[in-house]
Amino acid sequence: MQVTQKARVAREGTEVGRDATRKEGAAKLRGEARYVDDVRLPNMIFGVTVRSQVPRGRLCGLTFPQDAGIPWEEFVVVTAADIPGRNAVPLLVDDQPFLAFNIVAHREEPLCLLAHANRALLERARDAVIAHIEPLPAVLTLDEALSGNEIISGSNNDLKSILMEKGDVEGAFSKAGSDPSLTLVEGSYETEAQEQLYIETNGMIASADASTGDVTVQGSMQCPYYIHGALMAAFGFQPGAEDSRARVIQCETGGGFGGKEEYPSLLAVHAALLARKAGRPVKMIYDRGEDMAATTKRHPSRTKHRTLVDGDGKLVAMDVEFWLDGGAYATLSAVVLSRGSLHASGPYECPNVRIRSRALATSHPPHGAFRGFGAPQSLFAIERHMDVVAKACALTPQELRQRNVLRRGSTTASGQKIKEDVALDVLMRMAHEDIRFDERAREYAAHNASPAGLRTRKGLGAATFFHGAGFTGSGEKNLASVAAVDIAPCGSLRILVASTEMGQGAHTILAQMAADAADTEVDAAFVATPDTAHVPDSGPTVASRTTMIVGGLVEKAARALRAELDAGGFLSAGTHADADSFRKAALAAAAQRNVAPEALRQECQYVPPSGLIWDDKTYRGDAYPTFAWACYAAAVSVDLLTYEVTVEAFSAVQDIGKVINPLFAAGQVEGGVVQAIGYALSEKVAWKNGVMSNARLTNYIIPTALDVPRISVRFFEHPKGTPEAQTPKGIGELPMDGVAPALAGALEDALGVSFTRIPILPEDIFQALQAKGNTP
Amino acid sequence: MRGHTAELEFLSPTTLDDALEHFARGAACSKPARAFAGGTDLMVQLGARPVDVSQGPFVNLSCLAELKTIDVREDAVVLGALTTYAQACAHPVVAAEFPALCLAARATGAPAIQNRGTFAGNIANSSPAADSPPVLMALDASYELTSARGRRFVHADAFHLGYKKTELAPDELLTRIFIPRRNSLETEWRMGYRKVGTRRAQAISKVAFAGALRTRGGMIIDVRLCYASIAPVPLRVRAVENFLRGKPTSASGTGATETDAQAAVALLRSLLCPIDDVRSTADYRKEIACRLLADFLLSESEERSPT
Repeated sequence: MQVTQKARVAREGTEVGRDATRKEGAAKLRGEARYVDDVRLPNMIFGVTVRSQVPRGRLCGLTFPQDAGIPWEEFVVVTAADIPGRNAVPLLVDDQPFLAFNIVAHREEPLCLLAHANRALLERARDAVIAHIEPLPAVLTLDEALSGNEIISGSNNDLKSILMEKGDVEGAFSKAGSDPSLTLVEGSYETEAQEQLYIETNGMIASADASTGDVTVQGSMQCPYYIHGALMAAFGFQPGAEDSRARVIQCETGGGFGGKEEYPSLLAVHAALLARKAGRPVKMIYDRGEDMAATTKRHPSRTKHRTLVDGDGKLVAMDVEFWLDGGAYATLSAVVLSRGSLHASGPYECPNVRIRSRALATSHPPHGAFRGFGAPQSLFAIERHMDVVAKACALTPQELRQRNVLRRGSTTASGQKIKEDVALDVLMRMAHEDIRFDERAREYAAHNASPAGLRTRKGLGAATFFHGAGFTGSGEKNLASVAAVDIAPCGSLRILVASTEMGQGAHTILAQMAADAADTEVDAAFVATPDTAHVPDSGPTVASRTTMIVGGLVEKAARALRAELDAGGFLSAGTHADADSFRKAALAAAAQRNVAPEALRQECQYVPPSGLIWDDKTYRGDAYPTFAWACYAAAVSVDLLTYEVTVEAFSAVQDIGKVINPLFAAGQVEGGVVQAIGYALSEKVAWKNGVMSNARLTNYIIPTALDVPRISVRFFEHPKGTPEAQTPKGIGELPMDGVAPALAGALEDALGVSFTRIPILPEDIFQALQAKGNTP
Repeated sequence: MRGHTAELEFLSPTTLDDALEHFARGAACSKPARAFAGGTDLMVQLGARPVDVSQGPFVNLSCLAELKTIDVREDAVVLGALTTYAQACAHPVVAAEFPALCLAARATGAPAIQNRGTFAGNIANSSPAADSPPVLMALDASYELTSARGRRFVHADAFHLGYKKTELAPDELLTRIFIPRRNSLETEWRMGYRKVGTRRAQAISKVAFAGALRTRGGMIIDVRLCYASIAPVPLRVRAVENFLRGKPTSASGTGATETDAQAAVALLRSLLCPIDDVRSTADYRKEIACRLLADFLLSESEERSPT
């Protein structure tokens, strides 16, 4: 791993800004970390899901054939009729049943659940169940959904639509014909679905109390309280009064990327239904094929741009249509659409903007959260489009961007006035220097013109982008998250949050932040296992919000706890306490008060910063509290014999405000870039009759270590003492956004053909060049 | 895993005779035994679907010491059936005399696969996309098939009969691979190998090519042109070979003339009908297969690295 930013020279004793060691790292390396499939409860049996296998239809019944050689009487069978509460996954719209009872809306719809102690027999039983489904016409593409020939949602297949307007777009375009200084540029861009491909597949273990019917679920997840809410709904527990009847515990989680945001609610309820009926704990672990085919993926998209630009290369008007394939149920499509729309005009200022967005229902398994959450789709479109606009204006892509990027005081498409210092022009310069853009451009031009250019072609591309940090609009305000700290029996500062560690480093980073706030060492702080019986709802682990939002709450709570220790004379204010002194002081404080250490608890609830105004109805106002900014540059080489692409160099330069842990931050960027290289160049979901037909690691092609270059990661540092230098912003999603457009631009530079759709496979390059007469 | 290994009948004989006995017994009762060598293909298949209990047992070959040797004879190198990709690449004679075989081995899976997977397993599993058969065909290898009834030899290019169909009878085991050594006086053999996969490691080929060309006195006197992933079987294109045999070499003496290469490619193009599948398209496969041939015939250098 290459970390170009040196750990900051922090004030002696401060933890933030240092490469603190990953808290759970040693256990993971030694194989001691317990993932859900490592957990075995006494008397536990196994569960599987019987799925529809038909893209759309009416469920008329299930048969458990007696001649199939399956001892059905030994099985626990759960159908929709066994759900005591509501048969709907609680999310934005409660349209998705836990188990189908009438309509089958996609090919992987869960119909019933089976449990048995013998896993081999269970697989045979799953295959033996006969579902009687009257087929209905399915909607298998975005175009079919748009045509409205078959209506499967609302009146026009919309799961959600958004209109954003700034200035007067129609007025601006009406002048296009009469004003010769204005240039009109149009383009259409498409992105495919993408599988999250966390290394650990989805899995849950549920158990139920035989006397009370209370349920406990442990497993792989991002958002314990989402699952808690789903269990409450499915079992009909009264919110508030009966909150303790459902308990959710996170196991060590092997990656999520959004794929374990909303989906695990479904699986957790399935396992709990089986466990309660069986009277025994039930473990459900998806194998890779089931996980890839049945769980959520990134929304496929299409974006149309119409842009007016003036003689100085300044944007005059942007008219954008943005469509997402939402799949069979609403899941999080409305908010994915929202983030996609709010990023659709890119980090550029334009006086007249209209963005019309639709998330459409199709018969695909529902699409859902995935790192970037709508922004990678719309940013691919605008960044590719800016390259086209640049060409139309006879400007370099860099020059066009320099003339239009948002700066302090600019107004975004939602009318948000940028109040922070934005250094996008500096980031662009840094990225270009880092990859030696101009030098390479000369080298590549010479190479492409030489005999070697008959075998390989080389090119360069770059993308400039931003990512709104935290929830959109009033999300955080509505959530009103709570975080707490207390003292563990060992005397260490224990952080109580529902924010999960899934490999991103959140639990180490929160400990670093808490340690600084309590003026002690990171060894004296740790995050407790997220368990809804013990931790407050600090919100879901999503939207690059954990460090920025939850971290802020943890800091405040830790500061309050420290103040209490200082006030009691156990530590002296303003003095750094090493881990040992802190623990002794905390335990002494508890002893003196004659309370258990955990009674020294401090809570903190989110209070929205003043001055943020957002209107959900008009989609106007302050969409995000802050933004992360970036410029990524790519250099590629294409083998002209086979059209295989080599990413020769990649530079990722970003402004994420204060960097808490430089090593982790660089790791997030490197990992995100690799995941996005796959998105751009190899990961293709092969849809067949409404389902992913390549749901195998052998056929769904994510990059290996040999497929990616050294990735140079640099963080922009604001001048010391400025607010920008002191505030962390989100980083998790940002690196997913700018890679695909940079690579597509580099391929266009190398080959002289335009790529408007990802993924760009060698087969696509072959086709594009063939259409052009086979010569780059 | 949908196929649970607890359900498998898994036999581990310690001698070849015992192993062959299991195969003979399986064949006699129409429940053919299945050979288990490195398991790198079989475990993938087991992961995908429940165990078919109507089929015969797996016979674990890993205890058969007699199949683990690499013998260097005067006229041939003989790879025991349990030779792994990694072992072959590490063998000095194999590495020196058959670099194309090592290129194919190193393009198979990734190191973990190369440490377990065997050439014999790759051949017998008979995937049209398998990495080893084309290069073994180009090297004019033969396979020893052994059963309780006796032994016989089959040329590599005659082994594959159809999609996942081979010369192996239900009671036979592929026991050895014979690769003829090039006569040290005949330095004019030239090999070419290239795998075009879905990525640089852990990849199944979209197209792979292995070629061997022998020239003498300004004439192509022998040629073998073999492919993976463009037909239901690992394919040797004899019609193109026949066209090229006897043709004059290019000026450099290493390959065919431009005109002959073009004619060979045109002939190949007329013969191939690959398919669209989840890994690639028919058009791409056909075009790339043709380009790999042209590249080989016109190239002046030896073995090319995969991807």
